Amino acid sequence: MMEHATRELAPILVHQVSYLWLIPFFPLLGSVINALFGWQFERAGKKQLVHVVAIGAMACAFAVAVRAFVQMYGLDAEHRFLQDTLWNLLTAGRLTVDLAFALDPLSMMMVLIITFIGTLIHVFSVGYMWDDVEAYWRFFTWLNLFVFSMLLLVMGDNFAVMFFGWEGVGLCSYGLISYYYKDREKAGAGMKAFVVNRFGDFGFIIGMLLLFWGLGGGWGAMLGARGAEYQPAAAVNAVAGAATRAESMALAPQVEVGEGQVVKVGPTLNFRELRDQVVIEKTGVMEHLKEQKLWGIGLLALIGVFLFVGAMGKSAQLPLYVWLPDAMAGPTPVSALIHAATMVTAGVYMVARLNFLFALAPSAMGWVALIGAVTAIFAASIGFFQYDIKKVLAYSTVSQLGFMFIGVGVGAYWAGTYHLLTHAFFKATLFLGSGSVILGCHHEQDMRKMGGLAKHMPVTRWTYLIACWAIAGFPWASGFYSKDEILWKAFTSRNLELFGLATPWLGPAIYVVGIVAATGTAFYMFRSYYMTFSGTYRGGAGHHDEHDEDPHAALAAPHHATSAHPQDGALHAIAAQQEQAAHVAHGHGAHAPAAHDAHGHAGGHGGHGGTPHESPLSITFVLTTLAAGAVLVSLLGIPAAWTHTAPILERWLEPVLLAEVPFAEQPHWMELLFQAIGVGAGVVGWVCARALYKDDVKHAALEAFKQRFFGVWTVVYNKYYVDEAYQKVVLAPALAFARLMSWIDSNVIDWLVNAAGAVTRLVANFDGLIDKYLVDGAVTAVANLTLESGRGLRRIQTGRVQTYLYGIMAGALVLVLFNFVVR
Amino acid sequence: MHVSLAHFLVVGALLFCFGLVTVATRRNGVGVLMGVELILNAANLNLVAFNHYVVGGVSGQVFALFVIVLAAAEAAVGLAIVLAIFQTFKSIDVRAADALRE
Repeated sequence: MMEHATRELAPILVHQVSYLWLIPFFPLLGSVINALFGWQFERAGKKQLVHVVAIGAMACAFAVAVRAFVQMYGLDAEHRFLQDTLWNLLTAGRLTVDLAFALDPLSMMMVLIITFIGTLIHVFSVGYMWDDVEAYWRFFTWLNLFVFSMLLLVMGDNFAVMFFGWEGVGLCSYGLISYYYKDREKAGAGMKAFVVNRFGDFGFIIGMLLLFWGLGGGWGAMLGARGAEYQPAAAVNAVAGAATRAESMALAPQVEVGEGQVVKVGPTLNFRELRDQVVIEKTGVMEHLKEQKLWGIGLLALIGVFLFVGAMGKSAQLPLYVWLPDAMAGPTPVSALIHAATMVTAGVYMVARLNFLFALAPSAMGWVALIGAVTAIFAASIGFFQYDIKKVLAYSTVSQLGFMFIGVGVGAYWAGTYHLLTHAFFKATLFLGSGSVILGCHHEQDMRKMGGLAKHMPVTRWTYLIACWAIAGFPWASGFYSKDEILWKAFTSRNLELFGLATPWLGPAIYVVGIVAATGTAFYMFRSYYMTFSGTYRGGAGHHDEHDEDPHAALAAPHHATSAHPQDGALHAIAAQQEQAAHVAHGHGAHAPAAHDAHGHAGGHGGHGGTPHESPLSITFVLTTLAAGAVLVSLLGIPAAWTHTAPILERWLEPVLLAEVPFAEQPHWMELLFQAIGVGAGVVGWVCARALYKDDVKHAALEAFKQRFFGVWTVVYNKYYVDEAYQKVVLAPALAFARLMSWIDSNVIDWLVNAAGAVTRLVANFDGLIDKYLVDGAVTAVANLTLESGRGLRRIQTGRVQTYLYGIMAGALVLVLFNFVVR
Repeated sequence: MHVSLAHFLVVGALLFCFGLVTVATRRNGVGVLMGVELILNAANLNLVAFNHYVVGGVSGQVFALFVIVLAAAEAAVGLAIVLAIFQTFKSIDVRAADALRE
């Protein structure tokens, strides 16, 4: 909206603090304790020790984070940077990698989100996982380890530590999705998540290495162009021989940027050093980066695109989003923590962290925003027709992540980050709400078998409604403030490029896509709300094997799936009542909601559904807290259009988000109008959902719609056949390639190996001949010579004394003669 | 006729040659021993003659006495060996005692 005045930037002053390591340490400790002793706790009947350890670790981490926040708050805004270096990991010439943690306003915000929501989700997990037959301790071990990895990711002072966390969250995600590893499909979902993430991580590594190379590459060429004042040519060679950190630091070339202020230049993996040398113009690093090209493409754009590929994998953007819906195979708290609040935002966080780099590459920004927008609408449309409540939320998450990438893509870094924050709250509420619903309906996830839960689960219902309110973008709940800010910034953005061509139309286009996606968001969220909480309860049968989460099963029999749809809801209800009656007869009817304690019904869950019941206190408490948070965080982002001061969060993040991205100036009324449009979009979505799904009777209209557009409906219902397309486009060629490689292996490679063997054997035979005839011959010859000479000389040994005497006489004669001759 | 050193040496040489031929040709073990005695006595004659004509004193004579004693001992041992040979081979032919050949 307003263009930033060019700021005179100085290097960040670092405040060394010695307690930051505690924040990731506590979850790690909790994880280790549970990993080593958890099973013993359980065997000893002290199951609660497991979650006491885990939650205690999280609470401690949160307390330390708050402590750090208080200290940071007391610092000068420009220099809010806490650092804690533990030890040097490796030094090789220019490359110095420390195990170091750093907190700036951005990572501070992330750490608070992770530890606060993480703690709440741990508490929730107690209620949700208590009667789980799988290993309770394993769940909390992974969960704590995940928080540890996530904290490494956001707190890492350099790319290396961040990447460690980046991989760590992928690993823990795998472990948690595959938690029910005995179910082959769920184990497969974990593998899918891991592999797809690895795919993105590959891009991340390439981007990281390109950046490292770009900072050091070609300094020599720059030297002539920029004169003597600028002499980091030594950057390349000066420290090449350094073997310790101190040497590397001492030898690193520096540029003086002010009185007594020097900035290290040259390749680095450290975020602060990177930030200092790139944003301070006097170092010339920015020009250097801008001028570099690789294969004719601007290096910065390449770096941005490759880093974004990493973000795509982690943050589930097109086309690497496919793992996220499948990740719903994991327990619901996992979905809330990993696949809504924290891990999937890692990509957004990374782009925001490197905003000063992305802002230099409008082409990369254009891609980020475009992919974000396409993902937002694509995932939202899939969300329309999902029946699994968690799948709806999964696609919703993908869609919301798309919004975040629109934000960070168009340069509204604070808005994208703010959406990350608000999304963490309301999506965690939604996921945990769905978890509560699933628990209440006895592990039923199909919304067609829910309905009418409002009166059974009031707390869950109200928190879910508040979160829907927030995500749909109605005022006074957080989603409105972040989403409208993002869309407004998208509309006014003037900085986007695609393939190096300026595209002023891209911003408004993204806005249109975004507003449609926002409408869709409101629609599918309220659809899920009405299907779950209004009408009459359709469940009760609740047999596990009945619901079809499997996309392939749904593909195989879409008609079957539709026929199961409650167009004949009444029949279903009757059947349900009959079943219920049967259950009462069996003695399962004693599930009175009031008397229901999750700790007490371990046996009652088998495959039977009874009356849905409200969840235990540990769950409702968390839901209430998170729902309150989802409303309250809106205070951080009251738009400047209303108050004429920048929002609190924008001011807080300003020292980190330095990128100066131009936005068009637009009149004040227009911004207000666009906010109204945003709300209107939400209302449209809500009204549609209410009309179609409010009560069971209205499904006729829906059915007519479905019949009319059956082709479209089938395509969307089957998620645009993306999984199938992956099967055909990626998996099948990969398998074909694998078969080809196998053939090459067994025919070409093995032939080569055999040929090498044959050659070796030939040489060996030759050597054998040499050995046999030359070496052995010589040895035998010596032996034979000795033998023959011995045989010859044997004759002298007659055994007769007189013969020897002749010898003596001959010898004496020879001596005498010799004596005469020589004389 | 004046008897000079040369006469003694010629006699000694003759004795040595006889002894040597005896030792080399006799097949009788006792004969061989007698040849050895001849050789020893040839050496004794030389010792005494050289002492008398060249050195003076009695050291040659004393040495000769030692040799005589040694010859006695040698004869004793030698005869014992011949006896042992006879017992073993039923003959005192030295050619028979070639069990150590080859």
